[in-house]
Amino acid sequence: MENRTDKNSYTIIFAVAMVLIVGSLLAFTASSLKPTITENQRIEKQQNILYAMGVNENDESSANFVSTDVAPELFEKYIQKQLVIENGKISENDEAYLIDVKKQQANEKAGQPRKLPLFIGEKDGQTFYIAPIRGKGLWDAIWAYISMDENMVVQGAFFDHAGETPGLGANIKQRFFMDDFIGEHLLNDAGNFAGIDVAKGNADPKNLDKTDNEVDAIAGATITGNGVAAMIKSDLKLYESYFKNLKNN
Amino acid sequence: MGLLSKKDAKLITDPLADNNPITIQVLGICSALAITAELKASIVMAVSVMAVLGIGNVVISLMRNIIPSKIRIIVQLVVVAALVIIVDQVLKAFAYELSKTLSVFVGLIITNCIIMGRFEAFALANKPWQSFLDGIGNAAGYGLILIIVGFFRELLGSGTLLGFKVLGDPIEKTGLYAIGYENNGFMLLSPMALIVVGIIIWIQRSRNKALIED
Repeated sequence: MENRTDKNSYTIIFAVAMVLIVGSLLAFTASSLKPTITENQRIEKQQNILYAMGVNENDESSANFVSTDVAPELFEKYIQKQLVIENGKISENDEAYLIDVKKQQANEKAGQPRKLPLFIGEKDGQTFYIAPIRGKGLWDAIWAYISMDENMVVQGAFFDHAGETPGLGANIKQRFFMDDFIGEHLLNDAGNFAGIDVAKGNADPKNLDKTDNEVDAIAGATITGNGVAAMIKSDLKLYESYFKNLKNN
Repeated sequence: MGLLSKKDAKLITDPLADNNPITIQVLGICSALAITAELKASIVMAVSVMAVLGIGNVVISLMRNIIPSKIRIIVQLVVVAALVIIVDQVLKAFAYELSKTLSVFVGLIITNCIIMGRFEAFALANKPWQSFLDGIGNAAGYGLILIIVGFFRELLGSGTLLGFKVLGDPIEKTGLYAIGYENNGFMLLSPMALIVVGIIIWIQRSRNKALIED
């Protein structure tokens, strides 16, 4: 006799029921948790921006954010202005940090104007200009917050990634890599934008030369490193004219 | 008589050695290559797979009498994918930091052949408690190899363990590096994981001739 579970009708009913149950379960989980997740992501952005301008709880070797309870308060305290640059026009917007860089890059590709957020922070009398950038690593997206002074010299950097290889590309968010960027010049000697290369086999592994427009690469993470260099080159270049104007005024 | 009967205990101990999913059944190799460049990632992956395989095996085992045999593989895939995604969402909401560490592994867990393999070979034919033990045992066997491989790759490749510089500082030339030792960058690349797994298989089979196939 044929088994009950071998019948076609049973199989189809089972499949339909399974899809409905699992589908609604996932939809329910996703939509009921969404507000909490969005809030977590909002605070994380504030932590990232603060990290880039040196407001963090780093110990000797590991990178630590300020805690989530105080992040909104500190963000309010240290970030003086949030600007949006669109077609060369600058406006202030207190929610500029929520601008989705990915969406803006897509707009740019589609020929629409791209909004460039820039956050101006002040700490101990020093002014930081912090820009969010985004690019591609080996497996998935990588992004960063770079803080600069008015001469486009990097003051701090925070890198993150969606799915780089643990132990290799994922190390871009380790201190030894991020700290290498501090003090690096984005402009070349002639004062034009050059970016920062993530260079293999360079003669400066301790990164003492800050004006060579390069930092030491991570072994085994060539493509992720190239992605970092490419996103710095393409996205930070967009801010060049802002800094030029800043100096002329 | 302990907590487990002899037969149940074997479900846990067998996959640790003579029926190890990686070295004997050669399953789950892809994730073993991908994430063992660091000891910490290996441990995280081992724990994650243990949770997913333990719970997944129980779910499949509970459903074993109602799953239509024609679409059983798809049902297994749906169960593991749904499980992993729900866990990921819950972590994102309530343990955001942890979820960031784990996000890389989510895709690798779903596609891990050990999970599908145990669903198919064990949970579909056994009771929930035995399936749970089988899941934990196999995940432990998998994790054990991952941790051994991760240990050697991180130690020889980066000179660190769990991020601590155990061999000295390669740039400042302290510790072992002072006498000319160099990290082997090749250890960080995936092919070396395969070679390390190969060496483990070699050692295991030379100690237990019964494992050698003709």
